[in-house]
Amino acid sequence: MTNNNTISKGVDWSMIILYGTLVIIGLLMIFANEYKEGESIFQPVLSQSKDYGKQALWAGICSVLAVFILLTDSKFFTATANLLYGVGIVLCLAALVIGSEVKGSKSWLVLGGFRLQPSELCKVFTCLALAKYISRQETDFSRTKSQVIGAAISLLPAIITVAQNETGLALVYFSFFLAMYREGLPPFILITGASLAVILILSLIVAPNTLFIAYAVLAVLTIFFCRGLFKRNRALLWIIIVVWAFASVISSVAIPYLINNVMKPYQRDRIYSLVGKPYIPQDPEERAELERVKAKTRGRTQNQSEYNVIQSKIAIGSGGWTGKGYLKGTQTRYDFVPEQRTDFIFCTVGEGFGFLGSIAFLCLYAILLFRIVIIAERQRSIFSRVYAYGVASVFFFHITINICMTIGLAPVIGIPLPLISYGGSSLLTFTILLFILIRLDADRQMILR
Amino acid sequence: MPVFNQSRKRVIQLIFLVVFLVIVGQLFNLQITSGKYKKLADDNAVAKKIAYPSRGIIFDRKGKAILDNIARFDLVVTPSQVKGIDTFALCSLLQIDTAEFNKRIVTSIIKNGKYRPSIFEPFITPQLQAQLDENMYKFSGFDLSERPVRTYPYKAAAHILGYVGEVDTAIIRKSGYFYQMGDLVGRSGLEKTYEKVLMGQRGINFLIKDNRNRIQGSYDKGAFDTLPEAGRNLYTSIDIELQQLAEKLMKNKIGGLVAINPKTGGILAMTSGPSYDPNDLAGAAFRKNWGRMALDTARPLYNRAIKGQYPPGSTFKPLGALVALDQGLITPSYGYSCPGRYYGCGIGKPACTHFGAGHAANLRIALANSCNSYFVQIFRMALDNPAFANTTSGYLKWKEYMNSFGMGVRLGVDLPSEDKASIPDTSRYNKDFGGNRRWNSCNVLTLGIGQDRMTATPLQMANVTSIIANRGYYYTPHLVDSIQDESIDDTAFMSKYRTKHKVTNISDSAYQAVVDGMYDVTVYGTANFLRIPGVQYCAKTGTAQNPHGKNHSIFTSFAPRKKPQIAVAVVVENAGYGATWAGPIATLLMEKYLNDTISSESMATLERVSKADLIPAAIKHWYYQKDSIRQAKAGLKEVSIDTVIEQPVVVAKKTTFDPEAEPNRKDTGDLILEKPAMLLPNEKKNILDTLQNDK
Repeated sequence: MTNNNTISKGVDWSMIILYGTLVIIGLLMIFANEYKEGESIFQPVLSQSKDYGKQALWAGICSVLAVFILLTDSKFFTATANLLYGVGIVLCLAALVIGSEVKGSKSWLVLGGFRLQPSELCKVFTCLALAKYISRQETDFSRTKSQVIGAAISLLPAIITVAQNETGLALVYFSFFLAMYREGLPPFILITGASLAVILILSLIVAPNTLFIAYAVLAVLTIFFCRGLFKRNRALLWIIIVVWAFASVISSVAIPYLINNVMKPYQRDRIYSLVGKPYIPQDPEERAELERVKAKTRGRTQNQSEYNVIQSKIAIGSGGWTGKGYLKGTQTRYDFVPEQRTDFIFCTVGEGFGFLGSIAFLCLYAILLFRIVIIAERQRSIFSRVYAYGVASVFFFHITINICMTIGLAPVIGIPLPLISYGGSSLLTFTILLFILIRLDADRQMILR
Repeated sequence: MPVFNQSRKRVIQLIFLVVFLVIVGQLFNLQITSGKYKKLADDNAVAKKIAYPSRGIIFDRKGKAILDNIARFDLVVTPSQVKGIDTFALCSLLQIDTAEFNKRIVTSIIKNGKYRPSIFEPFITPQLQAQLDENMYKFSGFDLSERPVRTYPYKAAAHILGYVGEVDTAIIRKSGYFYQMGDLVGRSGLEKTYEKVLMGQRGINFLIKDNRNRIQGSYDKGAFDTLPEAGRNLYTSIDIELQQLAEKLMKNKIGGLVAINPKTGGILAMTSGPSYDPNDLAGAAFRKNWGRMALDTARPLYNRAIKGQYPPGSTFKPLGALVALDQGLITPSYGYSCPGRYYGCGIGKPACTHFGAGHAANLRIALANSCNSYFVQIFRMALDNPAFANTTSGYLKWKEYMNSFGMGVRLGVDLPSEDKASIPDTSRYNKDFGGNRRWNSCNVLTLGIGQDRMTATPLQMANVTSIIANRGYYYTPHLVDSIQDESIDDTAFMSKYRTKHKVTNISDSAYQAVVDGMYDVTVYGTANFLRIPGVQYCAKTGTAQNPHGKNHSIFTSFAPRKKPQIAVAVVVENAGYGATWAGPIATLLMEKYLNDTISSESMATLERVSKADLIPAAIKHWYYQKDSIRQAKAGLKEVSIDTVIEQPVVVAKKTTFDPEAEPNRKDTGDLILEKPAMLLPNEKKNILDTLQNDK
């Protein structure tokens, strides 16, 4: 492989077009949020006085970087994967120790005028390191020991990130289990983990009694449809019943007990407000205590998420079938939704373009994800395949959680929408993730280790 | 390494698909099925601002504007913008203290929030406005906002026009929340009756606001905005100069007055005494004066012309004659020999002012002499009419007649809360006399001379006079002749004022006897000393006995005799003979209307009548008490010992009930003896004078 071939050789153009489209949509959405009628459009880009101007600059930087990545030899990534991972971990630890605090989280490194969030970039390095480990000749990923090591590689940065008080970002690392599942991780780990997460969220957003009935109906239906299998496999029936009993106990007893008897009122309030539900204690004494705590913190930490989710639902819900039109969304243009250029950027899509527009937008992401899966499966080298699945998993997790939190299906944990949300670190990370994949894919005939 | 996990690609793709479908499902739920978010979004971001149209103008019959709109300014404040201003300077301009200033700021924050303007001081005076205009730049956050206010250049017709006031919760609820807090609405008079016409069409501007309620511009470039449409004007039959004269004449008197053009039913003037300057209830003055007026015992807000219930007394007699004529019970030549008293029921009552033979030789003469016996007799004939089985049936027929003449029913004038006064039902007498058929025409004979339980409003009296002037028909009395750009609804409303009501089928020759009798009243009868230069007129005096003291002075008249153009009914409460006070008021009005000027000899009468103070002692006493309380509160210190009256004096007859509410209740006749603690010399004299006059 020589560098005098054009960089376009073997490059998957559909991916680049998708990437470009999404970045441009992101810029347009941020612009819609900020632009006020009668203002100059290009002046803020030059003076960097507005977020869409800054984002445009970041997009420029990212495209330059993308070209550099495409010019890089694929072997560079396999060769430096472990080193980069090490550097990433060190940077994360450094941020924890000497970093500056932004919005309550100690995850930023400030070098001169340049701010960097290493835990964002660490996603790329972890993905590479995981791919490197699994693709080693001596790794047999069907063995439990290898699986534990793989999990450890994935979750080490997560632990540091939790320590940095960036819970949302830490959760992203769990998405690598999806890539590991493809490589042979037993499905029950994935099922159990995902089920637990779903049950947890459901217990928060649905009333316990309704949920209990829903579980029962689900169990009865499963038994009904699988009744032919029970003759050969008696245990299956018991498994279903045990799972049903377990889920019911968790949702109807354990979580309500945990919330009502173990947690303090303000914690309870916070948990509920994550999913956009107001928490009103029945006990007057408790209500008084909650008021006291809220007064002490000026009600900001407790109510902000709740307010965000309600306003976000209003903005999206008011879009209707076709939306209010670009630059005509009243909710997103007049600051009713806080954080709307970062975490709640999807509101602008929902309000401006309605249900049909949102579906079209989601389709872009779906095409992107399915394309990555197709790319992953056509790789000759395991390294590239694992890496591709890693990229797909990270994208999938971000998209799902971000959109679900704007529509009230997931707790507000503050992770950005890939390539759309305002934010240099985020855009940079996803660009690197994607373009390394494109680079590796261009060399898909090579065996990389 | 084998690709044994190829099938897991499908699983992963399935997971992606399921999650996306869940998201699409929730989006469908939010955006399509639940409609509430659209409304919530509008509540969030769209502010409705109402643009008020100017209210319609009311003109008199000659096209003069009786009322008009002028711009007054409110001082408004936007609390969030009040920063670093010279509070003390502003306070001294407004003449308030800093505590009041802070209180008002807090109130406006509570009412409208920090970022929206609210009224700080309503209706500031032009002088203050000039001062503020110069200094406005110093007071950031304060602004002057224009608001149209009613003004009344003639200072007259308060009861007719009514007043506008802020809506209360009851009105808001009744209007189906069409009105909003702070809106002005017609509260009485024409302002209330024609509210829908005068108010015009409100415009709505839809504005975009941000998360802090700051206005960001118009919503959708004003596509949904509607422009305000000015209120439509009313053209009335009022003659404002006549109205002013009427109010001047009724000054310091209690009572009511109505002048009608009999040919159209249009009311030319309508006064209730005591009246007030309508400017006292416009704009800023409303707050200051309304409460005081509402509590005033003389009830200046009460329109006695349509609500006052008075026994018509002798002015009823022409009507009694019409009933007897229409039923064919008498002819104009019918005579009754009256010896000075009525002995038809054997009790020698009522008495009659005349006793010479032939003073009731026929209808015309009897009317001119106002012979009580004659009219009691023809009233009894109507009740004991052989055409009916019994007195009750006869009475009911008579009552039917009364109602068709507009007595005892609401005429339907275009003013709110008209009273129907009273023509009692038989049930009332059954109760009085302890049962059906326990009474006969003798028991109720004074109804024939407009007494007993019969009452009428000045409007009803004027209407009856119109019927006589028109010889048998009338148009429902009304004030508004036409509405600008009349709509179909308006025409439907106005049609009742454009319909001729025919009341009797009496021949013109028979009518002539009644009209001639009323003419004779002015020639040699009870009003012979009242003249209108160059005009022959017809009238009937009335001196109505009533339970509240001195007789009411009543006068009904129309002029000219041949082709009547104006009918006037005047009631002056507790003033004595009809011809003494009510008479000159009516003739002066007719003179003014017909001759357009007042002759020099009538000027003296005008001066005398307009200066006369006929307020009853009880009401004066009330004013006196109010004044002394006010003076005591004001800390009147220099009261010397000789100003205190040692002896108890009679200050008034005891009134143990509200005479307006219960007009038929008998007075106990007790006198109030009082030993006033403090009396100033001139007040003492006033009270004693009125008491002496009253006896």
